[in-house]
Amino acid sequence: MLEVKNLTVQYGALTIVDNISFSLHENRWLVVVGPNGSGKSSMIKAIVQNVPYTGDVLYKGQDVSRMKPAVLAQKIGALSQTNAVAYSFTAGEIVRMGRYSYSQGIFKRASGKDRESVQKALEMTGMLALENQSVLTLSGGELQRAFLAQALAQDPNILILDEPTNHLDLVYQKQVFEQVRKWVKQPGRAVISVVHDLSLARAYGTDVMLLSHGRIVSAGDAETVLSRRNLQDVYSMDVHAWMRKILSQWES
Amino acid sequence: MKTFSNLQYLYYGIATVLAALLCVCVGSVNVPAPEVLQTIASMFASQPALDGVSAPIILSVRLPRVLCVALVGAALSLCGASMQGLLQNPLADCSTLGVSSGASLGAVISIGFGITIPGVPLAGTMIMAMLFAFLSLVVILSLAYKLDYSLSTNTIILIGIVFSMFANSIISFIITFSGDKLRPITFWMMGSLAQSSYQNALTLLLALVFFGAVLIRYARELDAFATGEDNARNIGVDVKKVKLNVMLTVSALMGVCVSIGGTVAFVGLVIPHMTRMLSGPGHKRLLPASMFSGAIFLMLADLLGRTALRPLELPLGVVTSLIGSVVFVYIFYTSRKVR
Repeated sequence: MLEVKNLTVQYGALTIVDNISFSLHENRWLVVVGPNGSGKSSMIKAIVQNVPYTGDVLYKGQDVSRMKPAVLAQKIGALSQTNAVAYSFTAGEIVRMGRYSYSQGIFKRASGKDRESVQKALEMTGMLALENQSVLTLSGGELQRAFLAQALAQDPNILILDEPTNHLDLVYQKQVFEQVRKWVKQPGRAVISVVHDLSLARAYGTDVMLLSHGRIVSAGDAETVLSRRNLQDVYSMDVHAWMRKILSQWES
Repeated sequence: MKTFSNLQYLYYGIATVLAALLCVCVGSVNVPAPEVLQTIASMFASQPALDGVSAPIILSVRLPRVLCVALVGAALSLCGASMQGLLQNPLADCSTLGVSSGASLGAVISIGFGITIPGVPLAGTMIMAMLFAFLSLVVILSLAYKLDYSLSTNTIILIGIVFSMFANSIISFIITFSGDKLRPITFWMMGSLAQSSYQNALTLLLALVFFGAVLIRYARELDAFATGEDNARNIGVDVKKVKLNVMLTVSALMGVCVSIGGTVAFVGLVIPHMTRMLSGPGHKRLLPASMFSGAIFLMLADLLGRTALRPLELPLGVVTSLIGSVVFVYIFYTSRKVR
């Protein structure tokens, strides 16, 4: 569905993403992992056209940078790592903005389909009860769920999530991952997400990509990519031993 | 969330008309409201005006002034509300961004160097003010982007202040070497809305209707911008196009306002902020509501300036700055708590 060819992102003389190519297929969930500064977020931002880049991003063979923004928004929905709103919109208003690409102009009223998508998105993210609350009074996690709901309300084919659960407590972390797993199984859908927690990456990713210094160290199934040797190279520590040590506390 | 129905536009309309009536009635000579209405009616019916001094005061001094003040207030407020949405920054306004100073610089250059369009008075000044307003906006925003990609509140305000100082110093420079142009420049700079004419009012009205329609047409896009530019792009807004068009429109409207009324600070900052509490943050309601509130506010501020220290008259900018700077500090402190 999505093909990325020779993607390079540079900030000044600094190369953040260095000649990355990969493709994403239907019903796959590509999890991108790597240490801080490895270029995960920049790669994601380039794919959703939020930073300048060289190379090609193709959606079903079509150059994404030449697509009309509103058309692109119906194909690809994105959640940024940080979201901030300066004014007191309600959570519901934020989610309804996700329907912008289907009904532009100020005189258009929301269609039945618009309302249905918004309702579904609110349900999926557990935001129904907070629909009429001002975003200025939401917690970090609630705000993140509001923006995730906005992306879902776009009814995209590809969902691109930059650390979708970094503000969420365990309950919602689990809920969001389970919901996305269900979501991606529908025909014509795929997900790319940046995830820091390697255990989650392993549990949920159908494909994993390990980045370091803007390059792909390894990509493929979780088992191979997250091997002891790969992680040792990238994180300069024995990640497997650390993970086991942390998790062993819960045994008994 | 407060509901904001069409009925409230009616209330706004009535309040605006009442404020205008008050401002025409009260002044150095107080004229009772029925007499004012009668005089205005006779003007429209092209009948001879009533006897006495009140008719010329009303028709050739107060009415055009009140109309111009109201239209400038509406336009400034609309510009402020649009910029605050576009930059997701509650402190953005043409005066804090330095756009007003830029427009003044354009106007002063046109007067100082005698740039005019033959046959159309004020057009040269107006076009230069528009041009410089837009150039200032481009310079300020590109400097801010270079410094801080996220365009944080403080960065923009800081650059706006520095740019204002820069523009004002060039204005002083031009005045110093202006020679025989000194008089028209000083006249323009001091010339508030006190010498307004119906022609000015008509120009302002046309500008407000046309550019206002463009800005209100972008209400949903401004909503999206208010949640962050990247997020606006994610949901499908043509960010570059909308941003350019809004900036062009705001600059043009500011150019018209500044060339006619000089710089009136803080209206675009204070009014949208207060209006947002009534109408909610959605621009579809915020923009029109801001226009009404801006008109009412500026008419009352002008009234205060005319009457508070009678027979002395305070310039309009002094009154708005006095109120505006206090509100600015208030918003600045409260908005720091906002994520």
